[in-house]
Amino acid sequence: MSAESCFHCGETVAHADLNPPRYPILYRQQTHPSCCAGCQAVAQTIIQSGLASYYEQREKPADRATPLPDELLQQMQLYDAPELQASFVKVESGNVREAALILEGISCAACIWLNERQLLRLPSVLEASINYTTHRARVRWDNSRLQLSQILAAVAAIGYRAHPYDAELQDALHQRERRRAMTRLWVAGLSMMQVMMFAYPVYVSAPGDISANWLSLMQWGSLLLTLPVVLYACQTFHTGMWRDLKRGRVGMDTPVVLGVWAAFLASCYATFTGRGEVYFDSVSMFVFLLLGGRYLEGMARRKAGAAAESLVKLIPAFAHRVNAWPTDRTAKETPVSQLQLGDVLLVKPGESYPADAMVLEGQGQADEALLTGESRPVVKKVGDKLIGGAVNLDAPLVVQVSQLGQETRLAGIVRLLDRALAEKPALAQLADRIAAWFVAALLLVAAAGYLFWHWYDPVHALPIMVAVLVISCPCALSLATPAALTAATGRLARAGLLVTRGHALEALAGATDIVFDKTGTLTYGQPKLLAVLPFADQTPGELQALAALLEAASEHPIARALREGCVAADLNVNNYVNHPGGGVEAVVAGQVLRLGRPDFVTAFCRVPRPPQLEGWHAEDTVVCLASAGEWLAAFALGDQVKPDATAMLAELTGLRSHLLSGDAPGPVQAVAQQLGLGTWRAAALPADKLAYVQQLQAQGRRVIMLGDGINDAPVLAAADVSIAVGGGADAAQAAGDMVLVGNLTAFAEGLAVARQTRRIIRQNLVWALGYNLVALPLALVGWVTPWLASLGMASSSLLVVLNAVRLAGANKPGQKRGEPR
Amino acid sequence: MESLYLLIPLSVLIAAIIGGLFWWAGRSGQFDDLEGPGHRILQDDDKPVGDDE
Repeated sequence: MSAESCFHCGETVAHADLNPPRYPILYRQQTHPSCCAGCQAVAQTIIQSGLASYYEQREKPADRATPLPDELLQQMQLYDAPELQASFVKVESGNVREAALILEGISCAACIWLNERQLLRLPSVLEASINYTTHRARVRWDNSRLQLSQILAAVAAIGYRAHPYDAELQDALHQRERRRAMTRLWVAGLSMMQVMMFAYPVYVSAPGDISANWLSLMQWGSLLLTLPVVLYACQTFHTGMWRDLKRGRVGMDTPVVLGVWAAFLASCYATFTGRGEVYFDSVSMFVFLLLGGRYLEGMARRKAGAAAESLVKLIPAFAHRVNAWPTDRTAKETPVSQLQLGDVLLVKPGESYPADAMVLEGQGQADEALLTGESRPVVKKVGDKLIGGAVNLDAPLVVQVSQLGQETRLAGIVRLLDRALAEKPALAQLADRIAAWFVAALLLVAAAGYLFWHWYDPVHALPIMVAVLVISCPCALSLATPAALTAATGRLARAGLLVTRGHALEALAGATDIVFDKTGTLTYGQPKLLAVLPFADQTPGELQALAALLEAASEHPIARALREGCVAADLNVNNYVNHPGGGVEAVVAGQVLRLGRPDFVTAFCRVPRPPQLEGWHAEDTVVCLASAGEWLAAFALGDQVKPDATAMLAELTGLRSHLLSGDAPGPVQAVAQQLGLGTWRAAALPADKLAYVQQLQAQGRRVIMLGDGINDAPVLAAADVSIAVGGGADAAQAAGDMVLVGNLTAFAEGLAVARQTRRIIRQNLVWALGYNLVALPLALVGWVTPWLASLGMASSSLLVVLNAVRLAGANKPGQKRGEPR
Repeated sequence: MESLYLLIPLSVLIAAIIGGLFWWAGRSGQFDDLEGPGHRILQDDDKPVGDDE
């Protein structure tokens, strides 16, 4: 662990807070630094609770712990009310309650352990279990001795957030589906193993070695064991075939079902009459292989899609309603669902606006980055409009609700997203249609073969038809694509790129253009210090140290940017005053200094504003430092390009790059030039971005869109393949065909893997088709016995799967998502 | 050889019982979280509580 990173969250600790550590943590008799009071408090709680071994067992640093505002603690208490608990708490006999919660901030298995311990430490918590995959917790407690809010607060005390989780119907449905798929797989596997036991003696013995009565007994045993496979495990294929037939198509499931039933019925006939071959082993093995492939594929997709949480989380559950404004200013907690147009609300700093509203009183800044793509905080004055879901940054505001529910901007964006999702290109469906024709032709050939042999030599007709169906059963064909996709999906998940849609890899490999969003995708989306303009006789470093000293106590993003990478000046500070929306003022070494927006400083400094300041970094945020008699410096703060963006762009080959951003032209052009991106467009609204991408598509280009934020969601959905950058809004992740949770270079790897996947899928398809084309005539002329056919089918499928596994194996073992410290 | 008359039906029966067991295990949620228990067993509290040792 390096000395400069926070013991708890691993973020860099400002130099000013080291030597001696400003927020020390005592762990195993050693003092470690931490980055802020929040992390310090959390770490101390964890250590004092005897849970210190969390720090050895975790694989990743925790999230930065921000101290919990009192408002949130108050809101937690609201959840104690029975009427609010109705949706997520189950009341059991006596005072026992059970709540479904979802935990935020879980990054590794040690987090699960930590949270479970912490919950179980509470008196009268009866049971607490957390699912590692879904991050959902189930807590049972005795309500007479403990309130739900105390449980929520206990989780918050160790740096995580627990939200009530409304167990939705959809989710229960998925759960049941998953259990069924697992049981089907077990049934097929178990039957396959046991039937193989009965089939093996027949394979290895010479004909006639086993007397007829033993043979018959083993055949009956096989029949009984195969029955559940055909009747139960094959249900997915039956329903799949039925679904396709209802739409007037012959899907991939049809030959599977026909092959299974033909082989099964033929074997049953042979068992009843005691004449002919049985193929029970082929049937159960075939079904097991297919189900196994499907299960793995489904599991990978579910995992990748788990990131998708709904948009609704942006809107808080409660608002502070001021009932008698302006005469009485006491605010009352009210559920947002009960708000009405014209209600007056109080929004405190750090909260999101519960609805679209207009400012009645107060002045502050709002962070609308998620909704409009504007990375800088937007100033809000009396009469200005606020967007529901945006974050109120620095000052309390009194607002009046102007739009609610479906009428809000956020809901409008969601509708746009829905429409765009409906216009999805249907590449996968095309592949299905081609396969359907192939399958239909196969069935005709098998039927023709049967009729011919029935006329020519009736004894061989059934075995030959079964051999044809089994050998040309599109097992390898239907495994060819999913096996490769599953292997590639797993490899990319380890690299930090989650695939959430089936067509994503295919489309990625065939793309010709890539469109980047700027804020939060190529850049950090948070202000960094760009330049210092000194007015006094001091070096920029000394001036920054002075600014850092003034901002030492602030958690404002700008303050953090100023503190970053510099040691605060070692001077006396007192009479510190924070002017929200303006800046800070303090007495440093006996001299009054102000740091803040240029007009805030101008109002204080007797000397007129230095002329150099006019137009300096006009596109960025500028803060000035001055004493009453002298201008000292100006600092430009703005968004900065991520270092891995350059590395990623260097690795992208064969793609035309575009940059689209909702920001002003200045910063966008700067970023485009810095990264060497040819085409860029600034001040683009969500609708403009959508039009741009659609225009590219109209020219026959196939477009990758890389972006974050809800405003990107419609564009993400319209692009041929979309990649949502993790850490952005959850909704964007839901819209993305892929979610990038690692750094940007993982995307470059993803592109390479996608192209390799396409190559391997083609190889697999060529092999599977070639095999079928060679084997089909052989089976038709009767040179292939059914057992040879099933062997051929199995080895052909195995070859296809092994070829696909190469995709997963090529990964370097040491590479992991998220850098371990 | 006559024992096969017993052994083969027995193997079918055992397979059916195992199948039933898996069905029950799946139904009661044994396979809902396939990753967590593997981690949990390593993190069990068999060490004395406390940060100093």
